[in-house]
Amino acid sequence: MELWYTDQHTKDVRFSIKAKKQLVSHESEFQRIDILETQEYGRVLVLDSELMITEKDEFIYHEMITHVSMAVHPNVKNVLVIGAGDGGTIRELTKYDTIEKIDMVEVDKDVVELCKMYMPTTACKLDDERVHMHFEEELRFVRWKQNEYDLIIVDCADPFGPAEGLFTREFYGNCFNALKEDGILINQHESPFYNEHSKTVQKAHKHITSVFPISTVYQCHIPSYPSGHWLFGFASKKYDPIKDLKEEEWNALNIATRYYNTDLHKGCFYLPTYVKELLGTK
Amino acid sequence: MSVRTQQDTPIHAALEEQRLNRLAHFDVPGHKGGRGNKELKHFLGETTLSLDMNSMKPLDNLCHPVSVIKEAQELAAEAFGADDAFFIVNGTTAAVQAMIMSVCKAGDKVIMPRNVHRSAINALVVCGALPVYINPGADKRLGIPLGMSVEDVRQAILKNPDAKAVLVNNPTYYGICSNLREIVKIAHEHGMLVLADEAHGTHFYFHEELPVSAMEAGADMAAVSMHKTGMSLTQSSILLTKRSVNPDYVRQVINLTQTTSASYLLLSSLDIARKHLSLNGKQLFDKTIQFANYAREEINKLGGYYAFGQELVNGDTVFAFDSTKLSVHTSDIGLAGIEVYDMLRDDYGIQIEFGDIGNFLAIISAGDRNLEIERLISALAEIKRLHKKDKNGMFDHEYIDPQIVMGPQEAFYGKKRSVPITKSKGEICGEFVMCYPPGIPLLAPGERITEDILNHIAYAKEKGCFMTGTEDMKIENINIVEVE
Repeated sequence: MELWYTDQHTKDVRFSIKAKKQLVSHESEFQRIDILETQEYGRVLVLDSELMITEKDEFIYHEMITHVSMAVHPNVKNVLVIGAGDGGTIRELTKYDTIEKIDMVEVDKDVVELCKMYMPTTACKLDDERVHMHFEEELRFVRWKQNEYDLIIVDCADPFGPAEGLFTREFYGNCFNALKEDGILINQHESPFYNEHSKTVQKAHKHITSVFPISTVYQCHIPSYPSGHWLFGFASKKYDPIKDLKEEEWNALNIATRYYNTDLHKGCFYLPTYVKELLGTK
Repeated sequence: MSVRTQQDTPIHAALEEQRLNRLAHFDVPGHKGGRGNKELKHFLGETTLSLDMNSMKPLDNLCHPVSVIKEAQELAAEAFGADDAFFIVNGTTAAVQAMIMSVCKAGDKVIMPRNVHRSAINALVVCGALPVYINPGADKRLGIPLGMSVEDVRQAILKNPDAKAVLVNNPTYYGICSNLREIVKIAHEHGMLVLADEAHGTHFYFHEELPVSAMEAGADMAAVSMHKTGMSLTQSSILLTKRSVNPDYVRQVINLTQTTSASYLLLSSLDIARKHLSLNGKQLFDKTIQFANYAREEINKLGGYYAFGQELVNGDTVFAFDSTKLSVHTSDIGLAGIEVYDMLRDDYGIQIEFGDIGNFLAIISAGDRNLEIERLISALAEIKRLHKKDKNGMFDHEYIDPQIVMGPQEAFYGKKRSVPITKSKGEICGEFVMCYPPGIPLLAPGERITEDILNHIAYAKEKGCFMTGTEDMKIENINIVEVE
């Protein structure tokens, strides 16, 4: 018997992975959670039928959402991570001894519990003593924070579901308020490639730009995501992502990565023309 | 025929049966299931277009219901505790007008608060009845009109023993209720009928923690805006009556102005919404009340805003408060309600019901999700952080007691001339001026134009309220009545 999982990349485009077996199928209060064991991509986490991460290429996503800002901001102590139930972003952050505290706000506790059981590659550091979990509405949590974090990472699903509120101007504004005067906001910024998603990229960028003085996007290549061409948002109150790159200091930390390096850091902010046009920066 | 229960939806069922019958249609509508207008079919969906049918024997006729519409109306009457129910497809405006026109003719008096919706005064223009206005109490801090005091109603009744009826907002747009049971008692003792404008009170019928509904309080007629909080399609509404009025006469009055081509999309939506409310109303409004209470608490924690609630209740002009209404006072952060309303939409992509000078109102329903509620609260936090100003210079009163010079019909149909609004002080107004929403006239035909009112209009325009009512689309000129 052949078992195929299909991720609907757009209305008219699909991406299928052959599965060995299904490990989890669970209906939480917020969404349906599935975890599959696949031939090519290892274990795959699926929320409401949409592919979230695969063991094979999650390192690209998690390294890029974490290390870019960590190589720019010289003194990150207090971090807020929004979403990130699979634990991959936390795993990368815990590689830094300088980080003192990580608040993680995830609305769905079941995602965390199931990832701890079935996705050990990413969830391995969720029990780090610096990590403080908060299972509540992300917007609500951020709203009450002021001048508290050096770094906020928004590691969420696409905006066509429970994460919709994390692509709004009010959320970015609340994040601005929660960051210290030299704080940085990194967010999962979707793909610019398909028309269905590019509007979201455009709108989210417009919202962030209206809130933060420094705002740009950077890109990477994630094979299992729609089009593979993926963006992250870099928004900051003070630091420029390239001019303020602390190349030597970061390399001296000897942090093991497979995708990120400081050469790529500089390159990933150079965007294709169609993306510049989309963002109105050309 | 088996007995119908609240589980049944007779119009819905008949419509579905006709759709599956795949009739060859040689009747209107001419789009014939959308085949004649492909773009429309593509936009609204094939099912919608195939259900957009005309009256036919198996589907009954709203003007003269004898089968499925009659049954659906009977089920609605049962669900709302009325003796009769009439489905309305011209909006609650039509229901309000039908109430007034069923009980009044030219020259008859109706006692009503001045903060009625324009539809009530429109009815007076059409039928020639005369208003006896009761000054609703006003909350000085919030600048909003409240309910009618029982004593004021009693006095009005004693002074106008010939009045035919008392019209009550149950509740006002802001969710404020008068003491309806007591008003009904006094009115009935004096041989007057009680008409309730329940445009914002559909949900009262389905949850015991909400203020009393008109039918339960003993009112004779109620216009219930199903499409607002009852979750049917926009423009669909229900008129409820008790047998103190003649249902066949009410139907005749409705037929004076209502379309003879009632939309079955609207009618079936009333049928399905009634079933939903009847079976699930308690849970639906539990959820709504929880959402609204949570939002109120969080907004009040933000500081600066005042999301008002049950604490307004004072036993008289605020006899009860509808907890599902999320009304927020904004003047204390130096912003007009309409400014916050505009910012929410333009900057944050959040559309709320209306903003006026000192407040805005968000409609909460069981269709909301945590997500949207959190967005609204967070956006308000941002607006305060970015735009908070000193409150000096904020306009501080909303309700202006009108000076009635002549009846609405006489003024509207009288000899009029157009003058610039700024030069109209002291004249008699020949038309309406209002902000929409909420659609409560600042000036109605027959009222004296005073400096206070002109100031109010100028301020509302400056703050960006959407003004309507005058013949002049730019609201720069106003029709005044020429007095011999």
